[in-house]
Amino acid sequence: MSKAAVFDTRTDAAIAVESPLAYSYRRSGAPTPGPHSQVTIRERAFLGHLILRGGAIVLDEAVREVLGMNLPGKPQGLVHDASGERSIQWLSPDEWLLIVPGGEEFDFENRLREALGDARFAIVNVGGGQTLLELEGPKARELLMKSVVYDVHPDHFPVGKGVTTVFAKATAILRRPSDTRWELVLRRSFADYCYRWLLDAGEEYAIGVVR
Amino acid sequence: MLHIYCPYCEELREEEEFHPKGQAHIARPADPDACSDDEWGDYLFFRDNPRGIHHELWVHAVGCRKFFNVTRHTVTYEILETYKMGEQPSVTATSPADDAAARVAAEPSEASRQEGARA
Repeated sequence: MSKAAVFDTRTDAAIAVESPLAYSYRRSGAPTPGPHSQVTIRERAFLGHLILRGGAIVLDEAVREVLGMNLPGKPQGLVHDASGERSIQWLSPDEWLLIVPGGEEFDFENRLREALGDARFAIVNVGGGQTLLELEGPKARELLMKSVVYDVHPDHFPVGKGVTTVFAKATAILRRPSDTRWELVLRRSFADYCYRWLLDAGEEYAIGVVR
Repeated sequence: MLHIYCPYCEELREEEEFHPKGQAHIARPADPDACSDDEWGDYLFFRDNPRGIHHELWVHAVGCRKFFNVTRHTVTYEILETYKMGEQPSVTATSPADDAAARVAAEPSEASRQEGARA
């Protein structure tokens, strides 16, 4: 077990928490999805985000043991577990992003640390710094085509791929977990800007926000 | 806009995601205390400014955030190859661009990179 100091960021104390978009909902509103909405967005707030850094082989063993998933070894890889709730994404040759349902991350962090033992690695909880936004609908890809510099054509962006790229001049992680759904992992500080960009860019598709 | 092949992401990405970081392969003097002021000044401040093939350090700033090397032609802006840190260039000024082009044509993987670089 490593000597790293760890602490659970979720406490039992009743402290009010707000998603990174709480302010945006109040200030910019959230149009209700209607029958004409061709794109809907939905925030998945308060998920557990962990950054895993270290050698691919050591991390792969630990992740298999603790989560029962393979670590994506190929660049731009994105792997989900059977339930579809937990995912690991390749970010860089020695860096992966693990997203788990909110509240599970501290347990997983401790179990991964135990499994990794004295290996050289780093695990950082970045859940407070970013949020996940889901895009769905027939025009979701067109909306992305206006917003990201990356080619989102299905031939080039198959299911199970995720890239860090430029979204409306801001940095964002774009992922494709299924045929119909896209995911954006946004930084907290850019969340309001990106949200308003999406509302503006999606206006012609009668964008709706599921809350 | 250039299309740059990131050797770590293993695909062509937009120039917007990268930052140039100047000349590559600058070795820090092994024993800085034993350097003359001229040698140390050269190391710190003086850079090549060739007309032709130039080896540069770039970083995939929005993306994998890794540094890598690019061999670029400063007149045509053509990117002849990209390679990981710690590797040596296969295209150099002593192997003129014509030779380089011939070599690139011989290697299909290199050729695909070059096409992207021209786009």
